[in-house]
Amino acid sequence: MTSTPPVLEISGLNVNYGLGAKAVHAVRDINLTLHRGEVLGLAGESGSGKSTLAYAVTRLLSPPGVITGGEVTYHPREGASLDILDLEPEQLRAFRWSEISLVFQGAMNSLNPVHTVRSQLTDVLRAHRPDMTAAERQERAASLLSLVGISADRLGSYPHQLSGGMRQRVMIAMALALDPEIVILDEPTTALDVVMQRQILKQLTRLRNELDFSVVFITHDISLLIEFSDRIAIMYGGRIVEEAAAKEIYQAAHHPYSHGLLHSFPALHGPRRELTGIPGSPPDLTAMPPGCAFHPRCPKAFEPCDQRVPTLAPVPLDEGRTVACWLHADH
Amino acid sequence: MPKSPDPPSTTTGPPPDGEVVLEARAISKHFAVRRTLRNFADRNRPVVHAVDDVSLKLRRGSVTAVVGESGSGKSTIARLLAQLYPTTSGELLLHGKPTRVGQGRAFRAYCRQVQLIFQDPFGSLNPTHTVRYHLTRALRIHDRAGRTADDLEKALAALLERVHLTPPERYLDSFPHELSGGQRQRVAIARAMAADPAVLLADEPVSMLDVSIRLGILNLLRDLKERLDLAILYITHDIASARYFADETLVMYAGRMVEGGDSETVTQRPAHPYTQLLTSSAPDPDRIVADAKARAEAATDPAGGEVVVEEEESETAGEPPSLISPPSGCRFHPRCPKAMERCASEVPPRFDLADGQWAACWLYAEDAPKQAAPQEASA
Ligand SMILES: Nc1ncnc2c1ncn2[C@@H]1O[C@H](COP(=O)(O)OP(=O)(O)O)[C@@H](O)[C@H]1O
Ligand SMILES: Nc1ncnc2c1ncn2[C@@H]1O[C@H](COP(=O)(O)OP(=O)(O)O)[C@@H](O)[C@H]1O
Ligand code: SF4
Ligand code: SF4
Ligand SMILES: [Mg+2]
Ligand SMILES: [Mg+2]
Repeated sequence: MTSTPPVLEISGLNVNYGLGAKAVHAVRDINLTLHRGEVLGLAGESGSGKSTLAYAVTRLLSPPGVITGGEVTYHPREGASLDILDLEPEQLRAFRWSEISLVFQGAMNSLNPVHTVRSQLTDVLRAHRPDMTAAERQERAASLLSLVGISADRLGSYPHQLSGGMRQRVMIAMALALDPEIVILDEPTTALDVVMQRQILKQLTRLRNELDFSVVFITHDISLLIEFSDRIAIMYGGRIVEEAAAKEIYQAAHHPYSHGLLHSFPALHGPRRELTGIPGSPPDLTAMPPGCAFHPRCPKAFEPCDQRVPTLAPVPLDEGRTVACWLHADH
Repeated sequence: MPKSPDPPSTTTGPPPDGEVVLEARAISKHFAVRRTLRNFADRNRPVVHAVDDVSLKLRRGSVTAVVGESGSGKSTIARLLAQLYPTTSGELLLHGKPTRVGQGRAFRAYCRQVQLIFQDPFGSLNPTHTVRYHLTRALRIHDRAGRTADDLEKALAALLERVHLTPPERYLDSFPHELSGGQRQRVAIARAMAADPAVLLADEPVSMLDVSIRLGILNLLRDLKERLDLAILYITHDIASARYFADETLVMYAGRMVEGGDSETVTQRPAHPYTQLLTSSAPDPDRIVADAKARAEAATDPAGGEVVVEEEESETAGEPPSLISPPSGCRFHPRCPKAMERCASEVPPRFDLADGQWAACWLYAEDAPKQAAPQEASA
């Protein structure tokens, strides 16, 4: 999977909420690369900074959120690479939707209740593709709906006439309206039942294959990511603590937190596994433990852990994997 | 299940044989739909068939899971069992005696035996009061606060220790917002334990908690079941957790119970087509391994590798039906890949299968075309 060229490279990204001494450091020193055509899963407990990262990358962060450092480099198919963080507001408007689109958490409740599905889809097209005729917009709206498995006769429906699963699929259709290169989905199926969830995710992976875009798929449910993503990055306390191919993480997690997560949920099939869980609770960002943020909960913590922050680095002898843990530091 | 060395039992197999504490016999709950202009004068004003004809038994020292999608009637069952509202029809029996309490004294006596905890421990704890206040109040209501201040202090400490919030003095004077989600749920459980109940009804007790802390709460419930011989109803939408945590699992679909049996059997060899759809849809990392293997086998052996449940792609395939006008006959028939003619007209009764498993599905009728046999585990 890593053989395809990068489409998005995040480096040294930092995001705070608030200013000065009271600032909450929600995203810390993130380095992450999304490759063309891949599904990258971003996992972590609530409060670990996943949504903040998504908002920062798409420049949708609103006050008191501030990006305090880093670069987000976008590599178009043709032409020069650019830093999204340097874009002027009017460049940004064109950039969002057509290059990168975000379906945010709870999006299915953010459809405008007084407008039909048709008018919400065609509005996006009208705003960004002024050269399209009304008839073309209609046609595009219908084909977008059928793309996500909804028949075109639903175009005239209002959001309340659709089930949660259908509304979520309308949001995905909208995100695909301008053929973006990157789609970021923040907990797209958390509120849905498993049958619907699987259907939407299957549809999404099928679309990814047909339309060749890249996906960042954010969720707290790591079991879902293992099935539906190519690579997984795991966040804890605002940092990425491990990154590897989905199957590799499942078969052998290196970071004690990843290991704990994988041994926290019961498996439906196969032999009954022993579940260990993770003691304690996720960290409070306003009172972050020193050193490795996971050390108060880590069964393997040792001498350097409460003193120095481990950085995300390649795992010796394990190509393509990175981990931030003193157990795996190469010295 | 490690159980106390039972006398050599005559019944073989896993069905739990603890004493039945609380039983529901064919209970139903219909909610009136809001009055609208259109149905104003209608004699048969429409109702929501939230729960229809549900029977279950909760046994001492045993966890019974009720699994189903949202809207399938799980919370309604919990509220009916807690007698927060009356049943539309059917009967509840506590320790074998029919019970129907209204408000007041009889309700309070019932609560002493049957306690309910909710999904959202934030919603059920008053943010302006400390842990001490909540627990003291519960102990007083159930006459378990003792006579002296010292008695009370001891009872409070014992409650917190029971839910592993130790040392107790660290938590007693905290407010709900000062605790983590997991700790709040522990306080809610401690408050339920203040009544020293025989039955604990847990409505999605871990759904709102972070993955890493769910297991701790489930282990706590199991520990309470074992040490206090509690009968626990565990309501969840996560069928995998029922496999690990419940002795018996019941599956709900659109207000009806469609399958039941011991948890390992129901999750590994689901008999009802709906349970099969549910288990094949649940996230399962092992599937990537299993799928690859199955594909390889199917490729070499065209007769084998029977495809589990056809994955539909139509827009309503994932949608449960309306409960105002539920489908006739088997409520799953509009989505069922195996539906037969009679499925649309006759409600299937429970058919008993091997080892205490049962399914409400016409496939298992004596005269059904031979094809059924519960699905084998795919891994
Ligand atoms: N608008 C805000 N103001 C202050 N803090 C915030 C705001 N939004 C999020 N945070 C904090 O930032 C941290 C990360 O939040 P978020 O990115 O939403 O995490 P996740 O999506 O992983 O649950 C949390 O501790 C949260 O409390
Ligand atoms: N008080 C009520 N009034 C009207 N309808 C209700 C009420 N409570 C629940 N329902 C309906 O009954 C059905 C079952 O709901 P519920 O028991 O909450 O399901 P679950 O807990 O499985 O999600 C739903 O269709 C719900 O809308
Ligand atoms: S750095 Fe230390 S505390 Fe952190 S995960 Fe590794 S072993 Fe545990
Ligand atoms: S009774 Fe008929 S429709 Fe219902 S689950 Fe069985 S086969 Fe399917
Ligand atoms: Mg989030
Ligand atoms: Mg419920």
